[in-house]
Amino acid sequence: MSFKESSAGMITVMTVVAIIVGSILAGFYQMVSPRIEANRLAEEKRAIFSVLPEAKDYVTIDLEVGEGDDKESLMIFRGVDDDNAPVGYAFVSEGPGFAAAIVMMVGLNINTEELTGMKVLEQIETPGLGNKIAMEPFESQFRGLKIKPAITYIKNKKPESDNQIQAITGATISSVAIVKALNKTIKVLMPFILEDIRNPVVIERQVEEEAVPEPKEEEK
Amino acid sequence: MASRSLYSEFTKGIWKENPVIILLLGMCPALAVSNSAVNGLAMGLASTFVVVSASSIVSIIRRLVPAQVRIPTYIVIIAGFVTLADLFLKAYFPAVAKSLGPYVPLIVVNCMIMGRAEFFASKHTLLPAIVDAFGTGIGFTWVLVVVGVVREILGSGSIFNVMLMSEDVFTPWVVMILPAGAFISLGLMIGIINYFKNLKAERAK
Repeated sequence: MSFKESSAGMITVMTVVAIIVGSILAGFYQMVSPRIEANRLAEEKRAIFSVLPEAKDYVTIDLEVGEGDDKESLMIFRGVDDDNAPVGYAFVSEGPGFAAAIVMMVGLNINTEELTGMKVLEQIETPGLGNKIAMEPFESQFRGLKIKPAITYIKNKKPESDNQIQAITGATISSVAIVKALNKTIKVLMPFILEDIRNPVVIERQVEEEAVPEPKEEEK
Repeated sequence: MASRSLYSEFTKGIWKENPVIILLLGMCPALAVSNSAVNGLAMGLASTFVVVSASSIVSIIRRLVPAQVRIPTYIVIIAGFVTLADLFLKAYFPAVAKSLGPYVPLIVVNCMIMGRAEFFASKHTLLPAIVDAFGTGIGFTWVLVVVGVVREILGSGSIFNVMLMSEDVFTPWVVMILPAGAFISLGLMIGIINYFKNLKAERAK
């Protein structure tokens, strides 16, 4: 029996192949992961500006929500205009869809209690049906939508009130999943948003951070 | 013999031994992501890349791999290339990566690729293995694009994401973009092709 046919031979071949493939993948991942991360950030930025059309810049506010085991780290984004005055808040909302979690970016105008936009970031709903939640006709329904008392939906008919959207025909589950997730997230985040309006978390504007030369450089 | 057979190794994957319409391999992606022409094309090209790369490597190492562990070895190699393709799409074509979703990683279990590695690449030298895999990849891609075009026209009223008719003139048949539409269009396509093949065989008698 040759070495190749022995158990040791099999183990050697499998191990060598696995190590080579593994190293190539690790190397390639190192190479492209900054780009993948940059794509993600650029998409986040695009999403925030698309749901907060009046914003010229935004401030990221990190939150700790819940107590004990339910503790979650969340983020809200305060959209500001040229004078650094808040124009609205954007946040990520997530809920179970038909196939898997649906993640979306939502913009909220706190004064009018209206959404300023909704954009689906991640979904793997049924192509051609559920994935219409990520398309303009559906997403645009959320522009100017009242959030009080709660967002509701209707099937096969035009919305009857200003807090109602029309669910997509054949994709009710996906449409309703978004409505439910939005209502839930708004309920959770509202106290924090109101708190931020009363006592704004002061964070340097991101654009300025990059532009102003860091005096700390010398101290290092 | 070499040049003629190389040519026939290439063309057999496109028509005579087409993976989807003749061998009925790789049906999962053929049914799942052929709902639009762009998705079909992207899936076809990603699969072509994987089948060509995996077949080349399998052909190169075919004498080194013990027969008992050849399948796991091939799977590791295929999975490696699929992950490369997945990362590449995510980094450079995020929109395509998003629309294909989980079906890119699932190329690993496309039996068309395993089939080429097991039945061809593991028994042939590098050049025929590449040619055979490339022909198979092209054969897979054109079927996905044709099914994708048919389903997109009937199911969404568009072609390569360009609207053909407004929804007032033509109401899209939603069923065509559902799984049922995939079975209907692919089934009819295979049926028509077999009908003409039989007709030709009858006449030849």
